[in-house]
Amino acid sequence: MALEETLEVREGVDRETIETVQAMAGKYKYGWETEIEMEYAPKGVSEEIVRLISAKNDEPEWMLEWRLAAYRRWVEMTEPKWAMLNYPEIDYQDIYYYAKPKSMEVKPKSLDEVDPKLLATYAKLGIPLKEQAILAGVEGAEEKKVAVDAVFDSVSVGTTFKAELAKAGVIFCSISEAVREHPELVKKYIGSVVPQSDNFFATLNSAVFSDGSFVYIPEGVKCPMELSTYFRINAENTGQFERTLIVADKGSYVSYLEGCTAPKRDTNQLHAAVVEIVVLEDAEVKYSTVQNWYPGDENGVGGIYNFVTKRADCRGDRSKVMWTQVETGSAITWKYPSCILRGNESQGEFYSIAIANNAQQADTGTKMIHLGKNTRSRIVSKGISAGKAQNTYRGQVSMHPRAQNSRNYTQCDSLLIGDQCGAHTVPYIEVKNNSSRVEHEATTSKVDDDQLFYCRSRGMDEEEAVALVVNGFCKEVLQALPMEFAMEAQALVAISLEGSVG
Amino acid sequence: MALPQAKLDQLSARIAGLHFPATGWQGKARGEALERLGAMGLPGKRDEYWRYTDPTALTAPETKAVEGRGEAAFESIDAVKLVFVDGVFDAAASDDPALAGVEITRLAEVADIHWAGDLYGQLEAAGQTPVQRPLAAIGSAFATDGVLIRATAAAGRPVALVYRSESYSSDVILHHVVKLEEGAELTLLESGDAAARLLTVMEVDVAKDARFHHVRSQGRTPERLVATHIFARIAEGALFKSFTVAANGVLTRNEAVLDIVGDDAVAHVAGVAVGDGRDFLHDDTVFITHGAERCESRQVFKKVLKNGATGVFQGKILVKPGAQKTDGYQISQSLLLDGDSQFLAKPELEIYADDVKCSHGSTSGAIDDTALFYLRSRGVPEKAAQSLLVLAFLAEALAEIEDEAIAEDLRARLEGWLDRHDG
Repeated sequence: MALEETLEVREGVDRETIETVQAMAGKYKYGWETEIEMEYAPKGVSEEIVRLISAKNDEPEWMLEWRLAAYRRWVEMTEPKWAMLNYPEIDYQDIYYYAKPKSMEVKPKSLDEVDPKLLATYAKLGIPLKEQAILAGVEGAEEKKVAVDAVFDSVSVGTTFKAELAKAGVIFCSISEAVREHPELVKKYIGSVVPQSDNFFATLNSAVFSDGSFVYIPEGVKCPMELSTYFRINAENTGQFERTLIVADKGSYVSYLEGCTAPKRDTNQLHAAVVEIVVLEDAEVKYSTVQNWYPGDENGVGGIYNFVTKRADCRGDRSKVMWTQVETGSAITWKYPSCILRGNESQGEFYSIAIANNAQQADTGTKMIHLGKNTRSRIVSKGISAGKAQNTYRGQVSMHPRAQNSRNYTQCDSLLIGDQCGAHTVPYIEVKNNSSRVEHEATTSKVDDDQLFYCRSRGMDEEEAVALVVNGFCKEVLQALPMEFAMEAQALVAISLEGSVG
Repeated sequence: MALPQAKLDQLSARIAGLHFPATGWQGKARGEALERLGAMGLPGKRDEYWRYTDPTALTAPETKAVEGRGEAAFESIDAVKLVFVDGVFDAAASDDPALAGVEITRLAEVADIHWAGDLYGQLEAAGQTPVQRPLAAIGSAFATDGVLIRATAAAGRPVALVYRSESYSSDVILHHVVKLEEGAELTLLESGDAAARLLTVMEVDVAKDARFHHVRSQGRTPERLVATHIFARIAEGALFKSFTVAANGVLTRNEAVLDIVGDDAVAHVAGVAVGDGRDFLHDDTVFITHGAERCESRQVFKKVLKNGATGVFQGKILVKPGAQKTDGYQISQSLLLDGDSQFLAKPELEIYADDVKCSHGSTSGAIDDTALFYLRSRGVPEKAAQSLLVLAFLAEALAEIEDEAIAEDLRARLEGWLDRHDG
């Protein structure tokens, strides 16, 4: 009886997926390019470029100094090679570090003044930059507002619902704007979670970040709507280095969504972002990502190199952070959203689906650093490899001696589709007190033949059947996503696996 | 790539004065091992597989003398005993090595032409990729002695290697080679304290349908340093099992590198470590490669730690492309009896074949209060209740030993340890 029930639910959910997939047809549907006049800084990175980016953003002196300090460190650093990733040497001098649509020369005062081509770009991506709009795919339910900060190559083109958010005291704007308008907040928190010297890519980002989003939720405020950032790399040979800083003051709550796409190109593009989250007492932050950068073609030509540092610092007691990620894009993914559980009774959660198909390579996971007493963390990671792809879960769980009575549960499951791909698990578990419990489980298996056979016998073709089984495999993570994203993610799971069977 | 001068100097200091006979096949094999070593240098704290265990005590040129009180295990087991005193075979203290179906020779005494010429240092060399194991190369280049065992049929009795240390200031390096021909079967026991600092390499070649059982009880001298390496090649339908009990000691690093090359083979490696005190560090580093179809591997490691003891587990299952129907299992667990002890684990899977079933689990925690309360409420005194729960925790690993008499011997030793260390 129970079995029948679960099957029914699953069938219901996944029928939608399959319909969406059919509707979406094409393989990478965001591969087009917006033809728009761009302004570039010269290729390569140097102190001059750092100064130029800072000047373009009208930054105060302290911000420039901060960037320069990072740059000077970066020059001394070497690229980390420990990840299970193989890619040709990146020439950091052959990248544009700053690209901005010409029409953004004079900052538009409101969305009405934004270049229609840019607005059309986001409309085509299904991102509503009109304030009354809601995200595609959600019907029936009462109108749900989502505020969007849209980042196009190096600059933020617009942020919606700012006025309404301001009424609640929420600050949601581009980070360049925040540096100008709220320097005291930025100065206090930037680099406090991911310091300039953190790692090669974060240090580079600290030097050359051009824009990104800034969020401040004041004490006791539950953010009245979901906030989201949408990143689009458009220009060729351009690196995107955005920096996001989220501060949730005491007792506040915010749910934040992040999406990303890029055009199809046969050269690789670099994306090295930093996300810092500060969570104070009793506050809660949910951060959801659907990463759908262009993955390159079947032969591994082109695609985004995605080297991202994301970290949340649960500074206050009873603070909570939840990372949910669906990683389907990018040729290379190097990303470990982490939680520092400093406050007593703070909680960190990490839910991840990483899909690698064709020649994609993903090395992703999380770190849960337990410092406070009674802290809790949970990791659920689902890795799917198909084609010739390599997918690695790399994670660290650390229980410090002071983190008494803490708890971690980790589950990482890998699914292999085809005999040319690889699935790897590299967890680091460090337990330094005995009142804490740490449990780690990992399994690797292939798509179950019996399940496939069952689906086929009900009239599904092989690709539909695989999509259904994979969505079932990912269910625990999909359920952790906000509804709009869950729909998109479910569709993406199926699309990403196209061509992986038969 | 040449080593930097500092690393060369460190290496020269470590190997200065070590035993290095340069003639015959041994000389050739030892020379090759020295070459490998020269290219690698000694392990350092920054090496990925030494991140949890500081190798300094093993790489230092000198080692300090220790007060020994080690004793051999398996006294009650009827076996052919081969005794090594301070790293040198002692014929007078040993049994007659005649055993039907088994050919036993001493490394320090073999002729220029010997079956082991094809094996000595070879499995160790193969085991240097993808992870370098410089200490093992030291074991091949500078072994003071060892045994070469070739089994052609099922051995009637186990062979027991018994280590004794009389000077306790000794720095002993042993290298054993074990070859099981098709269909042969052998049980090899190892026990006792060989030296203040012991470095061993055991190369095991298990041919088609052969069965090899290895059970080891590492000596109890509190201050000893040990680094052991097992390199095994496991052929079609063969079975390889290795089990180790370790108690006390300052630093124990047990590496096992198992290469499954034939279909339908089975490889199990398991161990129990009990440690008391801040100086205790026990490290199991296991690397199992599945290179054939329908093979099974199991890793079961349990550690009981108290008073600041540290347990390390690094285990990897590598499934090569085409190694379909692999069944790989790995569990590493620690029981921390107090708040000071720590458990550091890196259980890895690296899988390049799709039709496989691989899983690993790792847990760490204290004794279950509910279980303890239950036993107390049934009238079991606290200390006994705790011992009972510790033994229950170790049971899954002990179950890996097939021979009941041997398992019982080790269980008794563990109970004794628990008694002496207050539960």
